[in-house]
Amino acid sequence: MTVRDKVIAIIAEQAVLEPSDVTGDSSLEDLGIDSMGLVESIFAIEEAFDISVPFNANDPSESDFDISSVDAIVAAVEKLKAEQA
Amino acid sequence: MRRVVITGAGTINALGRDVATTLEAMREGRCGISDLKMRDLERLAIRIGGQVHDYVPEDRWNRQQIALYDRFTQFALIAAEEAIQQSGLSFTGKLAARSGVVLGTAGGGLSTSDENYRTVYEEGKNRVHPFIVPKLMNNAAASHVSMEHNLKGPTFTVATACASSNHAMGQAFHMIRSGMSDVMLTGGSEAMLCFGGLKAWEGLRVMSKDACRPFSLNRNGMVQGEGAAMFVFEDYDHAKARGAEILAEVIGFAMTSDAADIVMPSKQGAARAIQGAMTDAQLNSDDVGYINAHGTGTAANDKTECAAVADVFGHHADDLMISSTKSMHGHLIGGTGAVELLACIMALRDGVIAPTIGYEEPDPECALDVVPNEARDAKVDVVLSNAFAFGGLNAVLALRKFA
Repeated sequence: MTVRDKVIAIIAEQAVLEPSDVTGDSSLEDLGIDSMGLVESIFAIEEAFDISVPFNANDPSESDFDISSVDAIVAAVEKLKAEQA
Repeated sequence: MRRVVITGAGTINALGRDVATTLEAMREGRCGISDLKMRDLERLAIRIGGQVHDYVPEDRWNRQQIALYDRFTQFALIAAEEAIQQSGLSFTGKLAARSGVVLGTAGGGLSTSDENYRTVYEEGKNRVHPFIVPKLMNNAAASHVSMEHNLKGPTFTVATACASSNHAMGQAFHMIRSGMSDVMLTGGSEAMLCFGGLKAWEGLRVMSKDACRPFSLNRNGMVQGEGAAMFVFEDYDHAKARGAEILAEVIGFAMTSDAADIVMPSKQGAARAIQGAMTDAQLNSDDVGYINAHGTGTAANDKTECAAVADVFGHHADDLMISSTKSMHGHLIGGTGAVELLACIMALRDGVIAPTIGYEEPDPECALDVVPNEARDAKVDVVLSNAFAFGGLNAVLALRKFA
């Protein structure tokens, strides 16, 4: 499973969608994921990749972790994996 | 209905070991939040808190007592002792039978659970101390306060997360007002600054790593505290008959449920509780001079709370003062409303409004007079104290200066 496949699987599970319905350009909001779903997704990503994601729910847009779209999340995870390897 | 007054106060928290020291710290805008000291700190992402440092239970209690007193019980006993001493009451005979305890706590004996889970899970031991259950139970502190001071009337614990102590004090108020009790020891206690307690909060991603800055644009989350505050609530006629010194009068209380979301606060739920307390106290909005805010320093709470205050008070929202002392003592979760009631009493009695410290940048969504960084002298006759909990449970108290 690639990083992208894993991230999409996590997001799809949160959004109660099929992975095939989760496209790279969609935002979590588009997929119907609320703030609690977001915090759970971050937790699942940390567990799946054994990384620590810098994320503060008080201001998600100010965190060093880009969550603006599925593509952005995949890229951010790949970067963190490389940094924290 | 009977009138209810406060005739004693006691506390231990990060700002001080008694009321006088705590109020002095609030007047000076001192910060009690500091680097945490605890086992396995290096495994935590959050390393600051309003911790009671250099606290040695053995200075006060013997080994047998400590075996029964979780940290939250110890804090409650310390605060209750000070409050009762100030009130000058001793509980015997009929008074003892008509006096009780309502205590707020969210985590109860969480440190005891944490330590003993370590024993059985991490260390693999198959035996724990025989008194773990009576030590960790949520009602342990209320029971020990009742045992220590011979309070034989209604005694119980209220758990509504961050609103626990306001709910508790509201119950005590109702019980005296209705004639069920003559005197109630009430307030809250919390000792959640243990590894497991902080780890759970870390998971929510709402904690700040550097400071609690309520209402400031650059706020980045809450900071946990610990400690207790307890008060003697007394039937006014009873207090008057014995010539007791009266610290303030409790004049209203209301509680509401958002019935909406388990963590996100609701403006309507908060506003209904604020309005409800004012209606209960028969107040007009321009009677209120100061509000001790829930003011956690999270994005969600602070803007919702300010919007609720603006809704309830209209133009008067710009004239009243609203501050969050959590910036100094941290968020004591189930004990927080009790410590914050001390700031309310100081406002009424001493004419000093405790500041919101750590305030750096105005937030257009929190555009109220938050008494930034420095305490202010101001004469106020009526104050409110807000508490809004996870689970959408809101509890607001109204107090009046006793003249």
